[in-house]
Order: sequence, then C-alpha cells, then structure tokens
Amino acid sequence: MSTSVIGQPISRIDGKLKVSGAAPYGSEHAIEGVTYGVPVTSTIGSGRIVSIDSSAAEKMPGVLGVVHHGNVEPMYRPAQGFERMIRAGETRPPFEDDVVYYYGQYVALVIAETFEEAQAAGAAVRVNYQTTKPLVLLGQAPAPKDPPVFKYSRGGAESAYAQAAVKTDHTYITPVETHNPMEMHATIAVWDKTKEKLTLYETTQGVVNHHNTVCQMLDMSLESVHIISPFVGAGYGSKLFPWPQSLLAAAGARHVGRPVKVTVTRPLMFTTVGHRPYTQQRVRLAASRDGKLEATIHEVQQETSMVDDYVERCTDPTPMLYSCPNVSAVQHLVHLNVGTPTPMRGPGTTPGLYAIESAMDELAVALNMDPLELRLKNYAEQDEGKNLPFSSKHLRECYQQGAERFGWSKRNPQVGSMRNGDKILGWGMATCTWPGSRSTADVRVRLLVDGTARVSCACQDIGTGTYTIFAQVVADKTGIPIDKIKVLLGDSDLPPGPTSGGSAATATVLPAISNAAEQARETLLKVAVGTTQSPFQGADPKTLQITNGRVHTQDKSPDTGVAFEEVLKLRRLSSVDAQARSEETENSKKYSIHSFGAHFCEIEIDPGIARLRITRWLTVLDGGRIMNAKTGHSQIMGGVVMGIGMGLFEETVYDARNGHPVNSNYADYLVPTNKDIPNIEVILLDYPDIKLNEYGARGIGEIGLTGVASALTSATYHATGVRVRELPIRIEDLLQSTVTA
Amino acid sequence: MQSFQYQDAKTVDDAVSANGGIAGAKFVAGGTTLIDLMKLNVETPQTLVDINRLPLTGVESTSDGGVQIGAMVRNSDLANHELIQKRYPVLSQALRSGASPQLRNMATTGGNLLQRTRCYYFRDTAYAACNKRNPGSGCAAIDGFNRIHAILGTSEHCIATHPSDMAVAMMALEATVHTQGSSGSRSIALDEFYLVPGNTPQKENVLAPGELITHVTLPALADGTRSYYLKLRDRASYEFALSSAAVVVRVSDGRIRSARVALGGVATKPWRSREAEKELEGHPVGEKTFQAAASAAVRGARPLHDNAFKVKLVQLCLVRALRVVTTEA
Repeated sequence: MSTSVIGQPISRIDGKLKVSGAAPYGSEHAIEGVTYGVPVTSTIGSGRIVSIDSSAAEKMPGVLGVVHHGNVEPMYRPAQGFERMIRAGETRPPFEDDVVYYYGQYVALVIAETFEEAQAAGAAVRVNYQTTKPLVLLGQAPAPKDPPVFKYSRGGAESAYAQAAVKTDHTYITPVETHNPMEMHATIAVWDKTKEKLTLYETTQGVVNHHNTVCQMLDMSLESVHIISPFVGAGYGSKLFPWPQSLLAAAGARHVGRPVKVTVTRPLMFTTVGHRPYTQQRVRLAASRDGKLEATIHEVQQETSMVDDYVERCTDPTPMLYSCPNVSAVQHLVHLNVGTPTPMRGPGTTPGLYAIESAMDELAVALNMDPLELRLKNYAEQDEGKNLPFSSKHLRECYQQGAERFGWSKRNPQVGSMRNGDKILGWGMATCTWPGSRSTADVRVRLLVDGTARVSCACQDIGTGTYTIFAQVVADKTGIPIDKIKVLLGDSDLPPGPTSGGSAATATVLPAISNAAEQARETLLKVAVGTTQSPFQGADPKTLQITNGRVHTQDKSPDTGVAFEEVLKLRRLSSVDAQARSEETENSKKYSIHSFGAHFCEIEIDPGIARLRITRWLTVLDGGRIMNAKTGHSQIMGGVVMGIGMGLFEETVYDARNGHPVNSNYADYLVPTNKDIPNIEVILLDYPDIKLNEYGARGIGEIGLTGVASALTSATYHATGVRVRELPIRIEDLLQSTVTA
Repeated sequence: MQSFQYQDAKTVDDAVSANGGIAGAKFVAGGTTLIDLMKLNVETPQTLVDINRLPLTGVESTSDGGVQIGAMVRNSDLANHELIQKRYPVLSQALRSGASPQLRNMATTGGNLLQRTRCYYFRDTAYAACNKRNPGSGCAAIDGFNRIHAILGTSEHCIATHPSDMAVAMMALEATVHTQGSSGSRSIALDEFYLVPGNTPQKENVLAPGELITHVTLPALADGTRSYYLKLRDRASYEFALSSAAVVVRVSDGRIRSARVALGGVATKPWRSREAEKELEGHPVGEKTFQAAASAAVRGARPLHDNAFKVKLVQLCLVRALRVVTTEA
C-alpha cells in the first residue's frame, strides 16, 4: 500500500472539464425537445390568491400550458423528521393552495417552446391577491411565546453571572444572508409517459436525499425516478435539499408531456432557495478579575418562515468552546413572511461564533487582558458540554503558532494606537470550530480489464474536490494511478452516498471507498494466485503488491510484474468488483470530535474617508488529516473569503412593507471582489484524527468561515473604538469613530 | 422581455431617420443599461435602432486644444486613451472606477451619459409606485430602503441617484454634448443637459425624442490644471458610488486660481457644485478651505432614513479629493 497520493497537492481531476466548459451543470444537459418553464411569483408578502387569469398568456406564441394551484396534479409534503434522508428545503409543495406566505413564492408556471416565449407569457399572467400585512422583520415581531427549540444548562449561570466581578452583556445581530452560488438552481424534468419514468437533471448537494424526497412529494416510487447531477456550481447549503423548482419542473413535464427546464433566476435565488436567517443573540459573559470564565449565557432569537421550523443552531458551540462551570443557552424561533431559511456554510456555528467570540473580545477589553490570553486562560481540555474527551484537539498549537507568525505579541491593545503612516491599524483574532462527523455511504469499486478502475457512489462533488478524493483513496488502496481511475458521482442509480453537507462527506465516504478498494484489490490478487498461467499462481497473495497498476511480488520491483488487467485477461474476467458500506461508529459517542483553529487579521482604516481595507490574514487550523493539500488549502481560503463577505458586505435587505428583498442581484448584494481580499495565509496542522476514520480526515468545508466576522469586528474596534454588534461592518459604523489620523 | 423590431443603422442620418422620434423607438449602443432593463420589463421599446456600427469611435484633439470623443467610444478605450490619460486624468480615473472590465468593454460614451438609475424600485415593475417609470404613480423609495439614494437635487417625486462615474468627471471638465436629431444638430453644455427630477422625474435630460448623441467635447484645460476622481463605496471594486468627487483645480502661489467640482452618488444628476467652487477659488490651499467647500457642497442636502451618512461621507470624499489634487506629486 502506498500513501504517496494522500495529502498531496493534487489538482482536481474534474478541473479540465470545468475550465473547458465540458462539464454539464444542472441546466446545461442537452435534452431533445426541451421546453421552458418560467415561474410567476407573488408580489405580495402575505395573503391569498383570489384569481389567476392566464387566458392572455395561453394564447401567446409558443405557450404550451400554465400550471397553478387550480390545475396542478396533487403533490405531497415529505415525511420530514420521521425518516432518514428525507428533507425538503420547503416542506410545502408549490401550488399546494391559494395561500401566499412570502414575497417571491411560486404562484404559476408558464411553459413554452422557447425561454423567451415563456418569459413574455409569464409577464402576461394576471394574478389578483387579497393582501394582508406581512410580518417581515424580526425586530417588528412580538416576543416569541412558543417553547424554545433548544435549551442547555449546566451549573447556575444566572446566579454566577449576578455575583461575578467582571461582566459583559451585549446583543449581536447577523442579518439575512443569501448563499448565491455562481450556478443558480435548475431542473430539467423528462417525463416518459409510456414507461411512467421521470428523470430529473439537477444541481444538488444530496442526490440520495433529493431522490427520496421528491419521490414522496410527487407520490412516485424510487424506481420510477432518476436523479442526475454530475456537477454542481457550488451550493453553500442552498442545494442540500430539493426546492420547489424541482417539483415545478416535474409537475410541468407531466402537465405538457414534454421535457421542461426550470431555471431559478438570480432574483428568485433570494426568495425560493433558502437563506441564512437573521439572528439576534444576547450574550452575557462573566469572569473573575484574573479572566477565568464564571458564567456564559447565550440567548438566541432567529427567524424562520411561516411554513417551516428551520433551526439555525447558533448555540451549538456554546457549551463546548471554553471551559466554564456555569453555562446556559436557549434559542427561540420567530415566524416571519419570508421563504424558509436553510443551512448556509457553517450554519449555526457561524452566526453563533460571531456572537460568542465578539463577547469574548469585549470581555478581554473589560478585563484589560489580551484577547488571546483570555482564550488560553479558558482553554477547554475536554468537551464540558458533552462531558467527553476530545478525539484530537490541537487548538493551543493553532493559537501559539498563529500568534508567533502574526507577531501578536507586538499588539498594543490601546484603541487607535497602531499606525502605518496615515492609516490606523486594527488587529483582531478569533477562534474557529466545526464538528467532525460521519454518516452512511455505500461505495462500489471495479477493477476493469481495460486497465482502469471505476469507483462509484451517489455522492456528489459540489466544487470542493470530492471527485479527486475518491480517486486518491482508490489509488492509495489499489496501487492504480489516479489517471486510470474513473469516478462516477451524482446519479441516483449508483450506490447510495451521503449528502455533501456538514463537512461530513469526506469523513463519511473515506472508509467505504477504502474498504471497497481494499476488497477489490484482494480479489484481484486472489485471482492472480488462483489462475493457471498467472506468473503468481500458487503464491501467497499477502506477498503480492500493486504498484503503478502492476501486480508484483513485494520483494521485487514493479517492472518484474504484470499490469493488473493482464491478470483479468488470463482469467477472461471483465472485472473484479467490490462494494462496501461505512457507517457512524461508536467513537462518535465516546469522543467529542471537532476541528479547531484560530484567525488573526490586520485591517487598515483610512480615517479621513472612513475606508476599511484588510491587509493581512492568517488562519492556523487543526482540521485532522488533510487529504489533499491543494483543495484543502482552497477550502479554508474560500471559507475566509466568505467570512470576509459576512463581516464587511453581505446583507439581504427586505422591504418591510412587502418582504421583497430589494438588493436581489449580484450588483446590489455585495460579496467580496478580488480587490477586497488580502493575501490569505493558511497553515494546516495535519494531525490525523483516527477516532473518526482510518485516514483521520475531519472535513474542512465550513470551518474556515466560522469566527472570521468577529476577528474583523474585533480588529475594527481595535482601530476605531467602534464596536459593531450588527453585521456587516458599514461605512456608517466607521463614520462614528473619533480616532483621527 | 417583450418582442421588438430591430434595425441596424450604418450612418448617423440612417439612425436618426430610423428612430424618427416615434414613441417606442430607442437607440441601442453597448446595451449595458437598456438590455438589462428590457429583461426586467422596465424598458419595453417596440423598435431598437442599433447604432453600434456608427463611425463615432474617434478620440481626437480639437483645434482649440480640447478633445472630441465619439459617442461610440467604449468606456475602456476612452479610459486607456493616451490623450485622456495625459490631459484629463479625472476622466480616466472615473471610467476605470466604474462597473467591471466586461461592462466597460461594452458601454459607450453616449450610452453612459444616459445610464439609468440603480434605484431598486425603478428597476422592479412589481412596485406600482415609481414616478420615473410610471409618471404620477408615486415614489416607493422615499419610504423604502433608500441607503443608495440621493441627498441633493431630490424632490418629493423622486430621489433616485444618477449612477454614472464618467458623467461626474465630464461635469467637472465642463464637457459639451453634441447631438443630431430630425431638426438638425446642436450642442448642449453638459451642465444644461441633465434635469433634476422636480415633478417630472421621467424626464432626465433635454434630448428630444429620436435625438442622437454623436460626440462629446472637452475644452482645453489651462496649463498647470490638475484633476482627480475619488470614489467611495462599500467594497473596493464593482459597486456604484456612495459618494464620489471629481475635482479639476489650478493652483499657483498656494492659492486656488480655478476650481471645478462635481459630485456623484449623492445627487439626482451628476452634480456640479458651484457652491463648493466659490469657496475654493481665490482661497489658500488648506484644510480650512477644503472644509468650507465641503460644507457648501451639502448645504440644502435632504437626507432620508437610510442615507443620512452620505452628508458626512461626501464631504470627506471632497476634502480628500481636494487634498490629493492640490498635493504636488
């Protein structure tokens, strides 16, 4: 067994297809006779549809049909919460009834021969509404009366807080953020009436969940529906679960008897495919004068839609991040007239850490203590929330290495004291964390007589490098080089795989790939020793090895052996096959499994024009074993970039009058440009967490984003004296600074 | 988008006669505003006259030492033109601060002058109330989210900001717009080209229906004149100005001898501030003078719920621009 391919900076094996435009994304599959479905969406935030007049639209050129709640075939809600791998983004199927719950809700679908015809006809559909006043902003909602969706307590937090010497009590707000992957959601539905079979071309982070869920919602059997999603132009969580456009395309295809393509437009990306919900988090911290935490109280209110109870688990890290005897955390939902929120990269922990880490920075100021020293003082040696040891925690090393490399000891804590010419410098740091977990996956590996290997799983690559990791593990276990390995993902006909979410896909599939590849290799070697004319006939298979695709005895060079396909040819076999399953292990109950890291950043403020620019970024991360140095580094870098977006730019702004997101396009919803991003230095400690899987990889897709925003608000405070407790940091905030050049 | 007739014009006369000033006819150049708005059903022309082949692509010195710019010169070509970079850095800087490279490669000089506002409510036909789009219907922005909206030149009927960077620089350069229409050609000082909304926000400039911009001319600048464009916004690139300032200044012996100031991102049209100029001309170079000019520039500003910060920001912007332009390199 060679380990030379694991951890190497290997370029993505699908990279060439992507940069050459040859990789088909959701809406790009060439389907003969495809028609176009263009949605009509509600222009009110709350109310009822009184009537839909599609008569003019239906007479327009090319129009094949208009589907709405009055004529759609029945659809159903998913058995969400009752069954595994059944979850829809929005549990209410489109066109369920005449009720409008939010602005931008689908109210009709116009299907025409061309996209342009469908669009023109869509504009001609007249919808009459009975409007009721929508509730759009959490700040305008009455205090929640329902019981909390999350509650945690240890010790006596309130009394400890009351008695403590030093305390902070502030409320932190994160706005609604919209995922905005480059590739918008899209579905092409192909309905074969004679066979009663439906094929859905999708862009999904979860082929299996998508398959299971749409089958239930369309009342179809798993065998009669086929999901194909070979490439995903990112998702950030917005593609974890099926959204209504998938069902609309299916319903439309059944309605007109032709393939129907429905593409979610950029404005509709802001209303119909989820968002990170608005959160309002009161954090109270109390400490002794020497900085030992005595109480942590974290109270969260978070919005969700009128139709679903989506929980953004901001309090996930609260019980475990620091050592503290008295902790309480509680979270409430507030129902608003908005689309259903959905996980967005680092859900829960990201807004949660913004609040907790901001509070820690404020506590450090109150204690007149260095913020890093405060973290070290309260370092959690074990998970005090679960009362479990950590499987592998190297956060202290992250802090220490980061501080040294950044030069943290040179930080003058006084506000506005550090300068670079006319610019004021601000230094901030924050902890980041994300849990490690694994679920179930089945993987099939075939070693083929054409000299290639094939590995397949109904997992998917959402742009993170999953294809490449599959190939790396097969190469590692079989000794067949990566360029001879074909990876098949994103198809519900393949053995069921996990959703690409929670940073768990890698940790989940690794053991299954590894076992299947190992089995296939062993079978091949058995064939090699059990076949007449084989040069290895009668040998002990344990003495054999495959290197660079050649079977040879371990004590001799690969040149002395034969290509593995020669063994198959001798036996007249097309292939040897193996399939293996991996599942959650007992270790997830015996250990607290988490990645950790530390961000350090420097910003420059030009006080004369209230301009903030980030000048340095350093992230030191303990993410377990890094399977691919290149894609791993990119994941952390990308997470930091997204965190900078959260800190400085991102906010979906709703018109309170009707719930319309007014900045629903790429020009007005700001994300960082290249010019906003400094050189980002990422150091990966690379300690294998073998409690999670044999390679010790934890999954690092999300952690890079956590903590970033509070590192930025801390740096901003350090430079300007302005504490931003409502993201993003805006020019309006910087204008409040009294620090001058 | 609605269906429309398409006509291709090869000469200015062809274009003007094809348009004919009939209702529903529009010229299309780079299309970076018009096509966008057609997709949103905000613009619904019945006829598009394509002027992309018109021979209006030159940037030339004029006999009086100025520059004549063809209406079809693309923003990126203009920004990178030697004459512009050398004589009118403020214009080159303004152009390069606008949009993205892809958009600048398409957008034209004439088209940029006619760029429509980025007001959210103008761009979304789901809002019935927009006096610019639908005269007399009201203004959804005044009580809506108006962080990007104007504080100068507004009326109770419209608060939409003019989005152009180029036009702000041209305003400070005292450009002249040259047009041709069915009744002949004319020249219009840029300052007189734009209209404040008043009670007719649908009317943004003095062009008659079917009148085509053919050229823009910039006058020669006196020796020793310096110019600079500063744009402030949330992110470092690809965003409309929250405040911008174009300054064209001549200094001798520590005094400002002439000053032209225009502001962007804060007004309903590219905003020439003669009030600021008055506080600069004849005064000594220095913070006190700059501050006085900045205060004068925002006199009469009408901030709203979300854009009050612009009153301060645009002053900072102007003060900094003046400091940069008066500091010897």
